[in-house]
Amino acid sequence: MSLATPTLRSPVLALLANVLSRPREPLLAALIVMLILLVGVRAPAFLTLRSMDNLLTDSALLIMLALTQMLVIVTRGIDLSVASNLALSGMMAALLAMHFPQLPLSVIVAAALGIGLVLGLLNGWLIGYLSLPPIVVTLGSMSVYRGLVFVLSGGAWVSSRNMSAEFVAFPLTRLAGLTHVVWLAALAVVAFWCLARYTRFGRDLYAIGNDPVAAGYVGIATPRRLLWTYALSGAMAGLCGYLWVARYAVAYTEIAYGFELTVIAACVIGGVSIAGGVGNISGAVLGALFLAVINNALPMVQISPFWQSALTGIVILSAVIINARGEKKRAKQILPLHFQPRAAAVAGSTS
Amino acid sequence: MNTISGSAPRTTSRYVIGERGSMRLGDILRQWETLLGLLLLAVFSINCLLLPQFFDFYNLADSTFNFSEKALMALPMALLIICREIDISVSAILALSSVAMGLANHYGVPAIGLFAVGIGTGIACGLLNGLLVTRFALPSIVVTIGSMSLFRGLASVILGDQAFNHYPELLSDWGQGYFFDVLPRPFVILLVMAALFALLLHGTSWGRRIYAIGNNPVAARFSGIAVDRYRLMLFVLTGAMAGLAACLLTGRIGSTRPNIALGWELEVITMVILGGVSIAGGAGSIGGVMLAVLTLGMVTYGLALANVPGIIMTIVVGVLLLATIAVPRLLRGKSSR
Repeated sequence: MSLATPTLRSPVLALLANVLSRPREPLLAALIVMLILLVGVRAPAFLTLRSMDNLLTDSALLIMLALTQMLVIVTRGIDLSVASNLALSGMMAALLAMHFPQLPLSVIVAAALGIGLVLGLLNGWLIGYLSLPPIVVTLGSMSVYRGLVFVLSGGAWVSSRNMSAEFVAFPLTRLAGLTHVVWLAALAVVAFWCLARYTRFGRDLYAIGNDPVAAGYVGIATPRRLLWTYALSGAMAGLCGYLWVARYAVAYTEIAYGFELTVIAACVIGGVSIAGGVGNISGAVLGALFLAVINNALPMVQISPFWQSALTGIVILSAVIINARGEKKRAKQILPLHFQPRAAAVAGSTS
Repeated sequence: MNTISGSAPRTTSRYVIGERGSMRLGDILRQWETLLGLLLLAVFSINCLLLPQFFDFYNLADSTFNFSEKALMALPMALLIICREIDISVSAILALSSVAMGLANHYGVPAIGLFAVGIGTGIACGLLNGLLVTRFALPSIVVTIGSMSLFRGLASVILGDQAFNHYPELLSDWGQGYFFDVLPRPFVILLVMAALFALLLHGTSWGRRIYAIGNNPVAARFSGIAVDRYRLMLFVLTGAMAGLAACLLTGRIGSTRPNIALGWELEVITMVILGGVSIAGGAGSIGGVMLAVLTLGMVTYGLALANVPGIIMTIVVGVLLLATIAVPRLLRGKSSR
């Protein structure tokens, strides 16, 4: 126990600590590039434009959902119902397309978006205005929405034969070289970046997440903000519901089962703190990209796809451990130090 | 201060901490457990009236097979949630334990050893969760989402696209056997475990400390409770119970498939929340959880007898969960900040 302890650390450790305490986004971006290059060394096919294009298309939906999930988590909430919401809106869109083939595509997309919005508003009302715990509310609505998919479809599949060509083609149609889903995701990223950074709505969410009571005292209408945060999450899930169903050209009860946890994992990897108030758009996007790179790279380097889930788990756990190191809260000094007042500084830095 | 405490109105504190629970009828009626008991009674009576084959002792006994394993995991989950933690990875632990048992069985471990393998795997998984939560001060929901992915992933790596079966007789004896030809063994194990957990939580200082931690972890730490040790212990306990549930479930269905117990974590958490355990920690009882387990079990069994598809059940469970938390809140009116 002496003041010299910190300087005695090996330079490697010091460097590591320095790197870990920096903003996480450049680090994560560098990690993703490194991972892509590493996989590229093993399987050069991974580095081709076509494969990168696939990667972007595959990650687009995850990125879009991670954006809104990030906003929800920033307010100290969580939305477990996104995947079920996606399935329900997607099924509704598919059924609309099947029974009313003459409907224009824009109406169907708007309907999916609207259904998602309504489902999200329901969550938001329960959480914002009744101040019920988000995890319980969305857990409940998750089962209800998933069950409703079955009720609506009667357990049947809606396959590409029942959908119009236009309905199926939209997500993968190319505009200036990139697919529509990628464009939509890019648009969403820009829109949500502006929302989170430059609008009062976005800043209020951070305030609520940092200290809900203080946010109330400074006059932030917390219930209304929460209502619309979950509504946004729902609307995004609705839009993704249509895109998902159209992209894979099939709708059934179990689509996107368990996807909510992947979305939350993307946020966690991106440094969004589950305790609220911390996180930004670039983190959520990079987290989603990271997961997408892993999933797309595994088949390329001939690792059994069964490893995918295990690797995702390891990535999530390492990410939260690294994040915790970066923003480490000092252990509480419970017993007062009656002598050696300078030792407190050392105890604080080594504990 | 002492001199005026007798005459001053007791409105200074928001809480009234009595020496023992109130025995007035109105207070008892307002308790969550009483409401749940009435709900259970209502479900039971409606089922009896509408479904002639419902009230049959053997049928009722057999219907407990459907929820015994989940309820076994709900018991330690209740303690965890009371302690302000949560474990999303329970069903993944169950899957990994079951796979470990299958692997051990494949390499010729004797039947009694399979129980040790199953519960041991569960303990190891719980220990990993607990160490990550306590040593790195990580939020348990994130850790267990990660470890859920990890455990399920490991299970599917070992299992591939195959299934383990040919389990020894002893396992199915416990998974689907009866005591005295009437009482299903998993249900008896559940009742014994529930009694033990109730004793632990409501009858020992150990249990009181869990409530203390759940109400205020910092204050609990300042009053000398080894908070992290309790947390670690609860995670290990949850793992062990998931391992036990794996033994019973593997014995009951006689095989280990990749989708074993898929999505059960949410049903288990629903049971606990419905049982009146506060997700914010510090409140709840084993009695409430058991009543919720029985209520859900009776609803499922009734719906099954009425030929309603299983997935409709998820709607009922979801609505029940939302209603149970929203209705008291609506009745109480607006909260004052």
